[in-house]
Amino acid sequence: MPKIKIDIEKCKGCGLCILYCPKGHIKQSKSLNKKGVYPVGFIEKDGCSGCSFCAIICPDLCITIYK
Amino acid sequence: MKDAVTHYCAGCGHGIVHRIICEIVDELDIRERLIGIAPVGCAVIAYDYWNFDVTEAAHGRVPSVATGIKRTRPDKIVFGYQGDGDLAAIGTAEIIHAANRGENITIIFVNNAVYGMTGGQMAPTTMLKQKTATTPLGRDQKIHGFPLRVCELLSNLSGVMYAERVAINNPQNVLKAKRAIKKAFENQIKNVGFSIVEVLSPCPTYLGLSPQEAVKWVGEEMTKEYPLKIFKDIT
Repeated sequence: MPKIKIDIEKCKGCGLCILYCPKGHIKQSKSLNKKGVYPVGFIEKDGCSGCSFCAIICPDLCITIYK
Repeated sequence: MKDAVTHYCAGCGHGIVHRIICEIVDELDIRERLIGIAPVGCAVIAYDYWNFDVTEAAHGRVPSVATGIKRTRPDKIVFGYQGDGDLAAIGTAEIIHAANRGENITIIFVNNAVYGMTGGQMAPTTMLKQKTATTPLGRDQKIHGFPLRVCELLSNLSGVMYAERVAINNPQNVLKAKRAIKKAFENQIKNVGFSIVEVLSPCPTYLGLSPQEAVKWVGEEMTKEYPLKIFKDIT
């Protein structure tokens, strides 16, 4: 089952991964990180296809894909 | 790339272009032969993020510095990384003459239609009617002239072997941009000649948009003025 891991301390909360995730498995989290922004979080449920769109568009290299 | 947090704003395209370059360097296995030249602009401290040799040029003089390095060390792979304020404003003379001489270098030109580092002023590539810090009513052609299309301009020169414009507004275009930049590096390895890749990049902070709106703006508005295509490919 593919899954993604997000480095929340590197995330600047731009949300481009939310925009381009075809399955809608990424959302803004409710807690702040050390930078003071709301990082994105992965919703752990079935259906992540491991397409890696989120990692391709991420400007800050926060996302790692596990297939 | 080094394991560093970049100083770029949220949603800035520079991070994506930096990563693309690093991926290509690993794929072509040219890290030990590569010399990059950082511009003046938002990417001025790119050497803190790239894990290969990088030097810094005076504002706009990246093609001249690249020419010097490539002529003295022809075995090295030399690439210049420039923004639109750097390449299209103060460095216009340098890029045109380096291109016309047909130097065997690669130039990556990141066009975000605004001066990012200095506070969002109008750049030569700013679109008509676009609001910036120095054009609060929008760019007016009667006062400020027209946007400068660098790829169209350079593709007319005989020394240019490869000129393509790409965008990084969605994952598909990021992959296309990677193919284009990889080709530009391969051209230099094969001693083909001057290659330039223009990358349309979002600047959410100074466009006054959210990162999501900024990538849509690049895809919908900017590509009208700057069409995405291969302008010249004699390879």
